[in-house]
Amino acid sequence: MRRDVFQAIADPTRRDIINLIAYKPLNLNSIADNFEVSRPAISQHIKILMECGLIEMKKQGRERYCEAKLEQLHEVSQWIEQYRKLWADKFDRMDDILEELKNAPPKSSPEGRTQNNANKA
Amino acid sequence: MASKNETSIKAEPGKQELFITREFDAPRELVFKVFTDPELVPRWLGPRELTMKIDKWDARSGGHYRYVHSDAQGNAYGFHGVMHEVTAPERIIQTFEFEGMPERGHVSLEIARLEELPGGRTKVVVQSIFPSVADRDGMIQSGMERGVKDSHRRLDELFEELAK
Repeated sequence: MRRDVFQAIADPTRRDIINLIAYKPLNLNSIADNFEVSRPAISQHIKILMECGLIEMKKQGRERYCEAKLEQLHEVSQWIEQYRKLWADKFDRMDDILEELKNAPPKSSPEGRTQNNANKA
Repeated sequence: MASKNETSIKAEPGKQELFITREFDAPRELVFKVFTDPELVPRWLGPRELTMKIDKWDARSGGHYRYVHSDAQGNAYGFHGVMHEVTAPERIIQTFEFEGMPERGHVSLEIARLEELPGGRTKVVVQSIFPSVADRDGMIQSGMERGVKDSHRRLDELFEELAK
């Protein structure tokens, strides 16, 4: 089952888990030691994070370590957030123009919507 | 000027489309004008650090447009498309293609809907539909070329954003 990454990281405990193992992989017990909630609850969070590819279980000897897959998060954070900021920035500039127009409505010009610079030097 | 009006992006994993939504404290006619007037478009369309020059802009159904963003180093990025439908003041449908792609055909369809809100406000929803998921994700990725930071800082920022 493919889960929604955004939903997965919307939970504060799951965000803390990722932050915790972002720096070094930890086994389940070490992760659970950092939280007040029960071990089964932590297991459940880790299961969800694994299902959406945010963490991977790596076997090392007899221990199983949880490793954060940050690439997945880069996708979410960088792709969407930077793209969103790009648009937010454009729209903020539109706000400024709209304020100008509201304060001083310009005369309407029938040619106003068309511009052709193709033949200009 | 930072606005109190939030810009939201909806891009579900594995889909070929994305939605950009924003409200404006201005009547729909004015918002439509800012979207379509070639005198005004260069003032907002495009990244702040690039200069936008309109080559052609015919904001009527069936009209063409082409514009170029350029930076101080002389790099230029051209975009062009066709205005499929321009219905004042409610709808603009256009194709959009970045000329810097290695091959042609990576064209998207952009549908901008302007909705009247009470109090002389306007809600704009832009739906972009891409030929493939990879095209969509590539477009989103192109927005991240600014400010590449180390992964943990990105994480922190993401979490701050989500915690709001």
